[in-house]
Amino acid sequence: MTNKVGGIIGWVDSRLPVIEFWEAHLSKYYAPKNFNFWYFFGSLALLVLVIQIVTGIFLTMHYKPDAELAFASVEYIMRDVNWGWLVRYMHSTGASAFFVVVYLHMLRGLMYGSFKEPRELIWLFGMMIYLCLMAEAFMGYLLPWGQMSYWGAQVIVNLFGTIPLIGDDLALWIRGDYVVSDATLNRFFALHVIAVPIVLLGLVVAHIAALHTVGSNNPDGVEIKKNKGADGVPLDGIPFHPYYTVKDVVGVVVFLFIFALVVFFAPEMGGYFLEHANFEPANPLATPEHIAPVWYFTPFYTVLRAIPNPFWGVVAMFAAVAVLFVLPWIDKNKVKSIRYRSGLYKVNLLVFLVAFVALGYLGMESVTEMKSQMALRLSELYFLFFIILGIYSYPRSAGFYINSFIVLVGVITGYDFYRINPEIADTTWNTWIIPVAYLVVTLLGAAFTNLDQDKQVPERVTS
Amino acid sequence: MKNIIKLICVTALLVSTSTIWAAGGSGTLYKMHVDVHQQKSLQRGAKYFMNYCLSCHSAAYSRYNRVAEDLGISEENMREHLIFTGQKFGDTMKVAMTTEQGKEWFGAPPPDLSVRARSRGADWIYSFLKSFYVDESATRGVNNLQFPGTSMPHVLWELQGLQTLVDDGHHGEKDSHADDGHGGHKKELFEITVPGKMTPDEYDQAVVDIVNFMVYMAEPIKLKRQSIGVAVLFFLAALGVLVYFMKRDYWKDIH
Repeated sequence: MTNKVGGIIGWVDSRLPVIEFWEAHLSKYYAPKNFNFWYFFGSLALLVLVIQIVTGIFLTMHYKPDAELAFASVEYIMRDVNWGWLVRYMHSTGASAFFVVVYLHMLRGLMYGSFKEPRELIWLFGMMIYLCLMAEAFMGYLLPWGQMSYWGAQVIVNLFGTIPLIGDDLALWIRGDYVVSDATLNRFFALHVIAVPIVLLGLVVAHIAALHTVGSNNPDGVEIKKNKGADGVPLDGIPFHPYYTVKDVVGVVVFLFIFALVVFFAPEMGGYFLEHANFEPANPLATPEHIAPVWYFTPFYTVLRAIPNPFWGVVAMFAAVAVLFVLPWIDKNKVKSIRYRSGLYKVNLLVFLVAFVALGYLGMESVTEMKSQMALRLSELYFLFFIILGIYSYPRSAGFYINSFIVLVGVITGYDFYRINPEIADTTWNTWIIPVAYLVVTLLGAAFTNLDQDKQVPERVTS
Repeated sequence: MKNIIKLICVTALLVSTSTIWAAGGSGTLYKMHVDVHQQKSLQRGAKYFMNYCLSCHSAAYSRYNRVAEDLGISEENMREHLIFTGQKFGDTMKVAMTTEQGKEWFGAPPPDLSVRARSRGADWIYSFLKSFYVDESATRGVNNLQFPGTSMPHVLWELQGLQTLVDDGHHGEKDSHADDGHGGHKKELFEITVPGKMTPDEYDQAVVDIVNFMVYMAEPIKLKRQSIGVAVLFFLAALGVLVYFMKRDYWKDIH
């Protein structure tokens, strides 16, 4: 084997294939040339991961995982450690930024069908990363040992207690005590700084390796590898480096600008990134009036609260996350990109986004009758989205749409009859219209109009 | 593409305005304008705080020397006039009273005040300190409209004097604009019955000073954070222009 380069790199390369690696993943990894705004969030997620790891390392140098000392050690970091306040705010803002970036990244995948064949495994690794992030965020939030840390953890661990038979033992095993305590804090610290990050990093490598095996999707959902030139390079592909490295750097700077706006001018983000009650040390004897999870968990928290039975509420909440895992096997439509999907598909996706944001809003609010009705209706929309997505996978007959409509309205109405009591009758039937109107549009609309027609996908990427 | 960016900007704007609205706080009798950049106000606030609050409440995460440095108070001044506990200049602001004594004397131990302005909010503390009133039925002879049944006595009574509730049948209905702190009185909740050393306006200023100080104390870096932020933003903006032109140059052949 002869080296293309000499010197140190040549010496290393003859022992470890660094040049091959560089070419496979950067200088000769061909990405579609038509990436748009939505394609910044993958590299940004990587950036936030690095921010979290580096700031996390500095925080662990001063933080004390001890119920007696934890709260004070965080204040010590904020006041007495040089630049500790900046490190801490970057870490706390980074947690929220991670979810902002990852939610937008997932939305991109949803819009352009990036989860579809042959990229199912990329999506699955991505979902596992998302689960790890939720675990990281949940366990990390306990560490400042404020009131919300404590009671939020108490509430979430109690969710596991609702599982029949093993629930109580499971919750006890997670906490290491009968209530959230010093033992819980210690193990959450260990999991937060070592166990989950290791898994997370492994998954990120797998996510990117799987991506680079099949190649990136793009806003047109066209497979660029199907149109290769004589040199074997995709005609619509450009080397990731330098084209996308220089482009992503622009995204990085814009992101950092917004990130700095929060870190320096609104680190609490009005109580959404750092909750006010968390500036009070944990007190096991005083339950706060209003326990709200941090914003990125609230959509799923609302799904949980939408169902009165605690066990089935937990099942619904986990199902809301689990259904995302099987997305590649729900939406089997050959057309990947939203650009060439039907008008009704766009309506369906838009309703889903609105429902998701509204679920998130409700999760921060205290419960009223109307709000819990809305929580249920929006949860119904959340799950119906996936059913409709499945139905839209193939061309269907009008009869199929109508029958699906009857069955789904029947199920929703049936559940309303099951749960109804005189006290909530009015709000139940007033809000009944929400899922039914949605089904009228998405199913009857498909049966009686041609808005369910997908468009012709071009051979090559556009623009 | 342009539309999508527009949509995101609009959404971001909506979220940020609703955030500001939410941050306004609710359930407080009065609102105040916090300004931690008024050094004189912070100095007066520190004086009141050390004299009146620190005898029972600790501020155990805050250090005397940091306060002195940030507020432009000399070490001698701090030692002679503001450190009453015999502590060292570099110590945190502890209190001699133990938790047990606090429980025994007040029914509940007085909470540490280091980060109180961040958990309760400035408006709450401002309202609390302005809402003590004479109430014969309360154990201490005074009660508080912002925090009914508080175990804290009216420590500032010699400054404010004593006030009673104005009985106009609207008690409990919290009108957040009852007093904006600048003479815009729509409706008085209280009436001074025993005058104190200060006029109502002077007392109001004293409470503003205390709250300003407590907001500073809850986050000392607040004094510098924003000006550092401005420098960071300028740097990023300049870097942004550079990397944008670099990108454009690299991409000029891609169509």
